[in-house]
Amino acid sequence: MHLTADEEKMLAGENGYAAQKSMQILTGLGDIYGADSLIPVSSVQVAGVSYHNLGDAGLEFLEKLSPSGKVSVMTMLNPAGMDLKDWKKMKIEKAFADKQNAVIDAYRKLGVRITCTCTPYLVGFKPELGEHVAWSESSAVAYANTVLGARTNREGGPSALAAAIVGKTPNYGLHLDEERVPEVFVGVKVLVKNTPDYGALGYCIGKIVGNKVTLIKGVKNQTSDRLKSFGASVVTYGGSPLQHMVGVTPEAEKHEMPKEKVEIGEKEFKEAFDFMKDEGTDLDFVSLGCPHASIEELELIAKKLKNKHVRIETWIVTSRPVKMLADQKGYTKMIEDSGALLLCDTCMVVAPIKGRFKTVGTTSAKACFYVRGKNKMRTRIGTIEQCLKSAVKGEWVL
Amino acid sequence: MKGRVVFKGSAEGEALVSKQAISFYGGVDDNGVVVAKDHDLEGKDITGKVLVFTTGTGSTVGSWSLYRLKKTGHAPAALVCEEAETVVAVGAIVAEIPMVDKIDISQIKNGQKVKVDGDTVE
Repeated sequence: MHLTADEEKMLAGENGYAAQKSMQILTGLGDIYGADSLIPVSSVQVAGVSYHNLGDAGLEFLEKLSPSGKVSVMTMLNPAGMDLKDWKKMKIEKAFADKQNAVIDAYRKLGVRITCTCTPYLVGFKPELGEHVAWSESSAVAYANTVLGARTNREGGPSALAAAIVGKTPNYGLHLDEERVPEVFVGVKVLVKNTPDYGALGYCIGKIVGNKVTLIKGVKNQTSDRLKSFGASVVTYGGSPLQHMVGVTPEAEKHEMPKEKVEIGEKEFKEAFDFMKDEGTDLDFVSLGCPHASIEELELIAKKLKNKHVRIETWIVTSRPVKMLADQKGYTKMIEDSGALLLCDTCMVVAPIKGRFKTVGTTSAKACFYVRGKNKMRTRIGTIEQCLKSAVKGEWVL
Repeated sequence: MKGRVVFKGSAEGEALVSKQAISFYGGVDDNGVVVAKDHDLEGKDITGKVLVFTTGTGSTVGSWSLYRLKKTGHAPAALVCEEAETVVAVGAIVAEIPMVDKIDISQIKNGQKVKVDGDTVE
């Protein structure tokens, strides 16, 4: 890789430990992927925030960086293991809360914005077509590349932090024009009509195509929220963060038809839903907001919960700025009066809730994968209406 | 054998060889024992070994997992693989574990004494 004189100095340790370690990470990655140089990025999203995932070792690493380290571009954070204000409502223990707060303090000392959301693009950090960023939340990486036409690789936590400190990322992968050309054409032959359907589409493409850029035809009825769920799902199940959609995404029109073709039909959709819907109708947890809920979703949720009462633990999760809007519009009161919790800064995937719940109802295909492994839950996937009807009834409504 | 340096360092130990990909997040426990179901190293302890494998896989949290193993004294002495990918590479760099890739791992036997020095594996 060609490094500038300043970059060489950082690598040699002349700018302190944090810059040197960051340059080691960036050049190490650059060499693996044949990058010719480092390029500037305008924002960074850092994953590796929940103390549940970082542990004491991760916390020590962050604390080791902060004396000499400061981020040099706008840097945002992924969700933490708890609502930073209302962690007691979530029944999080104080010992965990203290460690989680130490992690947040370490990031704050580095100059990172404590946004704690997987949806930076919903709270004012919306890169333009062609803009280079370094984000490491995979659902946000998918939204940035696919829906916005911005450019970022799927960064790891430490590599995103390194990019934040140096202000640059190695020029490889989805930063390059030639890597954004679709290799596989996906013909969608089934009607994709709601959020779980979009999640199932992501599952199918992830499993069938794997990590190749696609050109998809046959998708209609798209909304930002449905595309948000699609992106989260496709990268969870092995797909590329870049999925061009004819008539939907900004870069789709400029590409020719790829030679390799696959079809997604009823059969593939059924396999997706079979995976995400465990047998039975028992339910002890409902969680909506994976990725974090938009204000439009909170409006629908509030309307559905107004004057009702939930019989099982229900968490609606969103980002703090969106909650502020919801407070103003009265949605928060409607939601909380039903007995459900409206939480920020966290989610059911990264919160330490293993063993607390057996079966969760969700709209999120991504959640169906992660909660099984980490928090050992069974899953049921459905629309917002279906999930909330189930929360009120006390069992899964078919 | 000469490969490519992912993290430069020097270490030696007994080789523990896998013909499969390794996921550190969820695949190896806090004591360095491989817990991934049906993995050819399932039940084996990687602490202090020269871990030889094909490539890394799994969540990017795996970089942090490798760092945790190093800090708690349960990390491998060195990492030798066919093809590095970001999760294990970044993990090796933050944990400062000598790592080399582009190695023909079929040439290394389980239990063999292996020394890793920069880009050289012998």
